[in-house]
Amino acid sequence: MSDITESRKPPVATTGILGWLRMNLFSNWVNSLISLFVLYILFQFVPWILNWTIFAADFKYNFNGEEIINREMCSRVLDPENGGACWAIIYVRFYQFMYGFYPREEVWRVNLSYIMLAVAVVPLLFDNFPFRKHFLKFTYVFPVIAFFLLNGGLGLESVSTNKWGGLLVTLVLGCTGIALAFPLGIILALGRRSNLPVISMMCTLFIEFIRGVPLITLLFFGMVMLPLFLPEGIDMDGLARVLVAVTLFQSAYMAEVIRGGLQAIPQGQYEAARSIGLSYWQMNLKVVLPQAIRISIPSIVNTSIGLFKDTTLVIIVGLLDLLGIGRGALADTTWLGLAYEVYFFVSLVFFIFTFAMSRYSLYLEKKLKTGINMGAD
Amino acid sequence: MSEDSIISLQNVNKWFGDFHVLKDVDLEVKKKERIVVCGPSGSGKSTMIRCINRLEEHQEGKIIVDGIELTGNLKNIDSVRKEVGMVFQQFNLFPHLSVKENITLAPIWVKKMPKAEAEELAMQQLEIVKIPEQADKYPGQLSGGQQQRVAIARSLAMKPNIMLFDEPTSALDPEMIKEVLDVMIDLAEGGMTMIVVTHEMGFAKTVADRMVFMDEGRIVEQAVPDKFFNNPESDRTKLFLSQILNH
Repeated sequence: MSDITESRKPPVATTGILGWLRMNLFSNWVNSLISLFVLYILFQFVPWILNWTIFAADFKYNFNGEEIINREMCSRVLDPENGGACWAIIYVRFYQFMYGFYPREEVWRVNLSYIMLAVAVVPLLFDNFPFRKHFLKFTYVFPVIAFFLLNGGLGLESVSTNKWGGLLVTLVLGCTGIALAFPLGIILALGRRSNLPVISMMCTLFIEFIRGVPLITLLFFGMVMLPLFLPEGIDMDGLARVLVAVTLFQSAYMAEVIRGGLQAIPQGQYEAARSIGLSYWQMNLKVVLPQAIRISIPSIVNTSIGLFKDTTLVIIVGLLDLLGIGRGALADTTWLGLAYEVYFFVSLVFFIFTFAMSRYSLYLEKKLKTGINMGAD
Repeated sequence: MSEDSIISLQNVNKWFGDFHVLKDVDLEVKKKERIVVCGPSGSGKSTMIRCINRLEEHQEGKIIVDGIELTGNLKNIDSVRKEVGMVFQQFNLFPHLSVKENITLAPIWVKKMPKAEAEELAMQQLEIVKIPEQADKYPGQLSGGQQQRVAIARSLAMKPNIMLFDEPTSALDPEMIKEVLDVMIDLAEGGMTMIVVTHEMGFAKTVADRMVFMDEGRIVEQAVPDKFFNNPESDRTKLFLSQILNH
């Protein structure tokens, strides 16, 4: 006989897989019905999608083992009953999807830029990254290096931006837009809250105007009207014009997000900073902004994800981003009718980037919650 | 303005919108003098001391601190703020910075002090307020009394000649009030010029050189503590004292 005070194991029904199922999926009859319904849907859908995208799909060869070179050779065209996705269209055009029409002999420059982008960005995102300080120095010079690498100059052959395309254009627009809009947004947000009426009014006008206009309009504005404002003889690059539009657009949204964070900072923080003698800029850079930006991180990431997806609109002004290349592929008569594959692939690439951003935002939120207690009292 | 005044308020008036908060306020504070300001809430005592480092702007009259007149001139305001430290009711520590970083921030950025020197200075200040062991914690991890002592250390690190205290113990639990008051008494004994807005009459009796009583935006009565508590002149002062001392 065991001692009566000895601790016993909990009843089986509350722990382990069965316990978890009972607690979370079948706790009452409504919950059970919903669970069964969802399980049924998943059961119907998941095997089918896995089969279509992977098991029954063609990658390079069809079910006869022939290398696919046009739509007629796809398994799903030859055998509509059993054939899955025909990824050969992606395989054949993979280069275009990644680089557009960037010359093949120069493509190492794009690849090098991609690698350097990772080296520049990852230490920026994680503050416990080893030797972060030294990596950040590289982060600052990276935009300059990337500009010369991609564009040419300094002994490298020039590659006109109208040859750029695919993921390259998407990343250039997304990264530059986000990176430039961040400091601009901070300045606009501070400006809008400024005590000087002229500055505050100008910033408010700018923000409200940009936010009140669709991005497409701004893109047309950049394409058609920006050259009119430039002095005679100066021809601005097409991609650069679009970048100006995208950056202005994003900075207005960023400004509002950061302004929201600024409003959450108690007046006492400003007063304390002033009372120990900090100047306006010192107060903002050292005391107010670090706290305001921390609060706004989820919204900053949210607008950044929005911009990353909105870059697909540049197709309207003739730039071929990832989606643009996809639409080009669909228009090719040898590959006609493979829209599922193309859109699936483009969606997947966008999803990988945006999902990473959203996970990063969650990670930061968790870190800030468990880290410093932000309560002032 | 008398010769040895370090702070001089002359005929100061201030309005919040239509509300007249400070009415013809005159106050002279000598070097090393300890002034305790009391009065009912809304009497303008906080506003008055906040005018002394220009956290509030006065609209009429003159405020001269250590020979510098407070006007719209930003340079003057900056020099006055370097002379004047302030401690707030809500502590107002910077929650994203550690205790040490809170204290070294201004010496490093305003006085351009090297980091190592500023950290040494911070540790000295933390010794003065008796919590050197908390240097690497964040404000959110400290008790109210500890936070307020860090706030005092943060002000002292700028080596001010004058310290303003705006109800420093009003947001504290009763058992933490003493630890903050003890630090303030040490400061007073060290010869700091102090203006303290407080309801702690025990503290006032121990350290004040002069009591200032305010009501409805005016200075109603000024006297040495002995006379102020035992033999006040104005009826308003008598009423106020009877209300706060007899409970």
